[in-house]
Amino acid sequence: MSIDTDLTGPDEAVARGPIEATSRVAPGGRGRWLASWGPPAALFVASIAVWYGVSYLLLDPRRRFLVPPPHDVIQVSFLDPFNLRELLSALWLSTRVAFTGLAISIVLGLALAVAMSRAKWIERSVYPYAVLTQTIPILAMVPLFGFWFGFGNFSRVLVVVLFCIFPIIANTLFGLQSVNQEHHDLFTLHGAGRLTRLWKLQFPTALPSIFTGLRIAAGLAVIGAIVADFFFKQGEPGIGILIDRYQSRLQSEQMVGAIILSSLLGIVVFWFFGFLARRVVGGWHESAGGLDTESN
Amino acid sequence: MAESSPVDDSSIASEVAPLLTFTGVSKRFPDGTTALDGVDISVAPGEFVSVIGPSGCGKSTLLRIASDLTRASAGSVDVQTRKIGYVFQDPTLLPWRTVQGNVELFAELRHLPKAERRRRADAAIALVGLSEFARHRPRALSGGMRMRVSLARSLTLQPELFLFDEPFGALDEIARERLNDELLQLYLTQRFTALFVTHSVNEAVFMSTRVLVMSGRPGRVLADFAVPFEYPRPPRLRFDERFARLAGQVSARLRKGGG
Repeated sequence: MSIDTDLTGPDEAVARGPIEATSRVAPGGRGRWLASWGPPAALFVASIAVWYGVSYLLLDPRRRFLVPPPHDVIQVSFLDPFNLRELLSALWLSTRVAFTGLAISIVLGLALAVAMSRAKWIERSVYPYAVLTQTIPILAMVPLFGFWFGFGNFSRVLVVVLFCIFPIIANTLFGLQSVNQEHHDLFTLHGAGRLTRLWKLQFPTALPSIFTGLRIAAGLAVIGAIVADFFFKQGEPGIGILIDRYQSRLQSEQMVGAIILSSLLGIVVFWFFGFLARRVVGGWHESAGGLDTESN
Repeated sequence: MAESSPVDDSSIASEVAPLLTFTGVSKRFPDGTTALDGVDISVAPGEFVSVIGPSGCGKSTLLRIASDLTRASAGSVDVQTRKIGYVFQDPTLLPWRTVQGNVELFAELRHLPKAERRRRADAAIALVGLSEFARHRPRALSGGMRMRVSLARSLTLQPELFLFDEPFGALDEIARERLNDELLQLYLTQRFTALFVTHSVNEAVFMSTRVLVMSGRPGRVLADFAVPFEYPRPPRLRFDERFARLAGQVSARLRKGGG
């Protein structure tokens, strides 16, 4: 029974924290790199092989245009300067439309979610219509927008907003409302007003889910921009119009090239928001990490 | 009504005006449950009063009423200070803030100047022995350390009345005893008055000048035990025969329950 009164600091503390953090890095960087990039790389190679297989083994040469082999796609779409310029300028237009729509959705979505979190009656009146943006057949609405607002970029941006605002509203609202009661009590005890509470408590709490919403919305924005374009079939050509045009002219190499480019755009945007999420909330929230679990 | 304690103690000066007085306090929730039923409690300045009772007996409600987070349905509550510290069972740290940022929060909410905030936070962090972790985020800390941060955060406002809602309930035995020692040390140096809700008889007896035993729902005060041991209390007090006897009496009263 030789416990003494000595109140030295947190010994347990020394045993945790930094040491734990360093030991986690230990398993060799190379092995980890291979483990995280190996499988997708292998799958990529396998898909290319299957693609070649279908082009050369499955299809009769006369029908090979249905699935042109990868090198033909690259040759025609990306190595021909004229075709490439056409693709890139269309991609640039679609990117602008997608980003404008996304930016509007973010501002509008966040504002609506904040308003809904402030007052139950606002939530009750707005939410059904937010859901409606998901349930109305947007594809059917697209031509209608063309009639109403013309076939310019305004209508396309509108379609993008309809496509991607819901996940932003829903995830932001969920995040703002998921503050636990004790944190609220804490702020109440110290006389925090509604704005302080929103800015210093609810908003940071909501950040991880806001980013989840943004990542989903970003992918949808790209799809929305292309879909609008595809259905309008007129105006300055974006990727959607090109795809439609190549389809009607049986230019399958360029069609696949356009699809590849637009997918890449979606991936880049999705990845960008993942990266942003890791930078902003990765230090304190688990969900922010993508495949890796880097922290601090 | 509270029956008189087996260990009589009249040493606590009764002429000093109490810091906290509950008179016939009851609390009924809208759903019809009665959490508290005619509770009388009086805490004098400088006392360390523990409240122990079965789950759901309204111990937390007691603290919420004392801090004005909840209104009593009946009875009167008199708190003679506005400098109240409140420590929850969960450390309730903001995960996006560092230890420093968390400890500065209350002073920030009270609009204290930045330099003053910093100074107070530094001092409080040093008091709980976490200076070298000031820049860490909560998730890099152990449960015990997080609780220390939570304590430090409340210390920045130099509370006169400290309300504790089972602060160490989620910790393992070793961390809990160490934090008991540290909290007592703070109690002696910072001179606050404490109302301490706990599930643990040993913790209650070890920390307090008085232990109140409450009944199951609806909560009433069943007994009021004075704890005669001198401060500072060494950890070995937990193995003292007199300590064991008193803890045994509290335990027995707790088991006997209401009626």
